Parts: sequence; structure tokens; C-alpha cells
Amino acid sequence: MMSKNADELTSLGVKDIRDGVAGGDFTAREVAESFNAAVAGAAELNAFIVTTPDHALAAADRVDAKRAKGEDLGKMGGVPIGMKDLFATKGVQTTAASHILEGFTPEYESTVSQKLWDAGAGMLGKLNLDQFAMGSSNETSYFGNVNSPWKKAGTNAAMSPGGSSGGSSSAVAARIAPAATGTDTGGSIRQPAAFTGICGIKPTYGRCSRWGVVAFASSLDQAGPMARSVEDCAIMLEAMAGFDPKDATSLQMDVPDWEAALNADLKGRKVGIPREYRMDGTDQAILDSWEQGKAMLRDAGAQVVDISLPHTKYALPAYYIIAPAEASSNLARYDGVRYGLRDLPEGAGLQDMYAATRAAGFGDEVKRRVLIGTYVLSAGFYDAYYTQAQKIRTLVAQDFEKAFATCDVILAPTTPTASFPLGSLNEDPLTMYLNDVFAVPASLAGLPAMSVPAMVNSDGLPLGLQLIGKPFDEQGVLNAGLAIQQRAGFDAKPEKWW
Amino acid sequence: MSVTREEVARIAALARIRMGDEELDRMVPELNGILAWVEQLGEVDTSHIEPMTAVIPNTLRLRDDVVDAIPETAGGRREDVLANAPAAEHGFFGVPKVIE
Repeated sequence: MMSKNADELTSLGVKDIRDGVAGGDFTAREVAESFNAAVAGAAELNAFIVTTPDHALAAADRVDAKRAKGEDLGKMGGVPIGMKDLFATKGVQTTAASHILEGFTPEYESTVSQKLWDAGAGMLGKLNLDQFAMGSSNETSYFGNVNSPWKKAGTNAAMSPGGSSGGSSSAVAARIAPAATGTDTGGSIRQPAAFTGICGIKPTYGRCSRWGVVAFASSLDQAGPMARSVEDCAIMLEAMAGFDPKDATSLQMDVPDWEAALNADLKGRKVGIPREYRMDGTDQAILDSWEQGKAMLRDAGAQVVDISLPHTKYALPAYYIIAPAEASSNLARYDGVRYGLRDLPEGAGLQDMYAATRAAGFGDEVKRRVLIGTYVLSAGFYDAYYTQAQKIRTLVAQDFEKAFATCDVILAPTTPTASFPLGSLNEDPLTMYLNDVFAVPASLAGLPAMSVPAMVNSDGLPLGLQLIGKPFDEQGVLNAGLAIQQRAGFDAKPEKWW
Repeated sequence: MSVTREEVARIAALARIRMGDEELDRMVPELNGILAWVEQLGEVDTSHIEPMTAVIPNTLRLRDDVVDAIPETAGGRREDVLANAPAAEHGFFGVPKVIE
């Protein structure tokens, strides 16, 4: 048996670590120690808000002890992961990257994180994100911007890892975590995955329990895995998904064995190409990668067909009514009474305390969305804005339903552009929102959707392709993703500068 | 539709977020930019469309009528509930005096 050095161990993904630990090629403790060191050496990325090396080591020791006794190690046995700081973790600060939750230490564990620990995973730390998952560049965190490990060729500018799961994407792309949890409300798994050359899947709404996940927009929020291969995403999603009586919207369905059923042979499958996704302002390189994606899926045996999703252009504005409306309601709980920050000015009453606490605790983007949400839900405007947006949401979902009568899976770009330098899109909130134009429709329709890396552009930056599936058909999404992964042969990785 | 500075101040008050003059001045054009952009939803004829209530068909479950069936959401956890309170007093959440 050849022992591996730390760099070799941190280059491994979920499957290779799980199988290597199970096969005795290395111990879970060696893996955890290697990643803990990689995390400690990557402070410049600012991917983590807190690190938890002891959690990772304790989980690894439990797995090694089980192996010594010949017991089952679990689906994620020996794999240390990063946990987006939107999941409540017992005894470990959980902030949603907001000042208002700074110091909040949950007395309970979220269902998704508990399932991962039960499957043998350990935690490297809590990952930075856009504040309350509101953002597409990881510039709204109270704990500072996250840096992408990628650089635009020939420049040294700090690049955006995407958002809101930007700590997750940065850490996985930089090989300081083999995988991480993400959450996706309107693209927050897929867009950062595309920006950093990794994979990420948002499952069907209801697959992963929302219990213990800090709520942003409850009718849209879904957790999912981010990792460097389709196989790794399949494995981790199996560990995360499953019915939970503590979440009223949890799907009461068995979790399929996605990993075992992976199959890149797409013979007899129809891949839909939505004509409305060919939008002004989309980079030529993105359009080129889309063409390449079609060719790859044809090569895998699929038939490529044109489809129409006529309400696509209305999805994003509808989202920017629905998500802020739900956020304004969900974030009403931050009142300075039960947990988190309290700002009590001298002589202030209860109402003044609420207003002062929320003024001090929320960042600008959060305030903007809470105000928009409060406005569209207020008397006199509710029907014109909120009800109309919910009707558009019905139309967007119906578009997909009709399209899926003629195809099995949809191929589209994940984002209209590659990553951009931090600070370059801050002038106008709307410009930032447009990043999610291709991601939001699937969110509104609750569909499973994945981003897989396709190629690098002329600046050396990764581009992703998006696969959108029928409700509950994560398998179809993963299989098409695997077909692209096998043909794209994406092996670019960021050069270490941190 | 667009909002005036006074309306933004009123919305901020409804949302219980204190806002100074400078912040209000900044928010007004930003909110108006967003509201002008979402205005395009009015183009769509939705007169015969039902607003979405549940994105994935799901039935609302009834749980068995058992007290404290799920330990994590059961009662008897006052210490846990108060553990993160900024001002827990005598087993309650402390707040500034409400009634004079």
C-alpha cells in the first residue's frame, strides 16, 4: 500500500475518499487532517466564517473505529465537507452571514446536516455566503467578500465565486473541501458552481428538508450538494435527501439510489433546447458552450429538439416579487428579543428596539429586499404585484409541463456570463439580478436542475451548462450531466495563489 | 408605479427598519428601478390563471394526536429556547417596558 501525501488526498473527491477509506488505502483521520490543513492555509479565500477542525477529526475517528470493527461506514463515510452557514449546527455559530445572527449558537441540528453526519461525513467549518442567501456574487456577507480561487488570465483582480453559495463554490474549486452543501432559491447552487468549474444540483422542491435551514423564501428554498463531479453530487444528494415530518413541504417519497443508477447512455432520450434562452447580452462563449453541449448529448445518443418556454422573460421579475415578499415575512423573526443581535438605544421602547436592531443587523441588500417585499404585500398593492407574480409563476410552471411532453430533459446555459471581478457589478442591483436569468425559471417551477462545467473561455474562466429535469427526475438530470462530464473532459483547475 | 421618499419611509416603518435621511435617499431610486422593471409583468394576460400556491403537488399531512411526538420540536425545552436570547430573565424573554 502506497501512502498518499496531503496534496494527493485533498485532490480527491467524495467517491474516491469514501472508497479509499473503506478499502484501507488511507484513514479517515489522514483525510480530515489534510483538509483541515488546506482550510487553515486558505484564509485569503475567506470561504469559511468559522472552521471546525475538531468536528472533522471526531467524525473521521468514528469512521476509522467503525472500519476496525468491520461496520458499515455510511454513504459519506470518512468524507469531510464544508457546511454553508445557513444550516443550523448544534453548538457551532450559525449566522446566515448576517450581523443580526452573529454569535447565534443553535441548540439543535438541521435535518440535512444531521443526515450527513449520520452518513459518516464530518464538518470542516461553516461556509461564507451572501447575507441571508441574498446575492449572486458573495459581496453581501457581513463577514467580507469570498474570493474565487480563479483569476482572469493576465490579471490579478479578485474574482467573484458567485452566490449565494460562494463560500461553498470557492472551497470546493480550491480543493480545500471535497464537497459542500449549498442552498438554491433562485440559482444559488448552480450559478456559483458554473463560476468556479464545479458541479451542483438543486433537487426537486421538497426532496431535502428545510428544517433548520435559515429561511429566505420558503416556497423556493432547496438544499443540494456542490462537488467536483456528477458522481459525487449523486452520492451526497442521497445522503441529504429524504422525508422529514418536521418540514410540512417535505416530499414523502423514497430516496432513489441515484449513484447506482447513473448511466450516460442517452439513447432514446430527448433533450429540449428552449429558444427563449437565447437572450441579448449573453456572451458568445456561453452560446458556443451551449452548442458544444448539444453535440455532446447527441453523441451520447440523445435526440435534440427545439422547445419553447414562452414566459421565460417574466420569470426573473416575478421572482423579484415573490422571493422578497416571502423574505419580508420570514425575516420578521429577527426582532432582538429571542436570539441574535439586540440594539436598545437609551430610553427606547419595544418598537424602537425592533427598528434599531434591524437597522444595525441587516445589510443593504437584505433591507432592500425586505422593503420591496413589504411594499408588494401592503394593502392596495398586493393584487397588482404579488398575486400577479404568483399567476406568472403558474404560467412559468405550465411552460415546463408542456415542454416536458416533448422532451425528457432541458439543456441551457447556467449563466449569461462567466465570473466577474468583485466590485464590478455593484452600481445597480438590477444588473446583479440578471445573473440568475437562466436559473430562476426552474426554481419557480420547483424542478431539479444542475450545473456541470463545460469549458473555459478565452480568459481562462469556467463556464457551466445547466440541465433541468421533470419533477422528481434527478436521475435524468444527473445522467445527462454525466454524459456532458465524460465528453467535456473538464480538467482545468485554478492555480494556487492563496 | 413609483414610490416617493415619504412612501419609502412609511414602508421602512412598516418593516420595522430605522432609516436615516441618507439611507432613504439612496433607497428611493434603487427601489424605483426595481419596481419599474417588475412593471413588465402587467403585460401578461393572467385573467384566467390561478395564482400558484404549491409548486410541487403535495398533500398536507396530519400527524398523530400525540403530545411531544417529535423530541426536537416538543415542549419542555425552556433552557434551549432561551439559550440565545439577548436578555433572558427569570425564564422569560426580557424586553423594554411596554406599558407605562
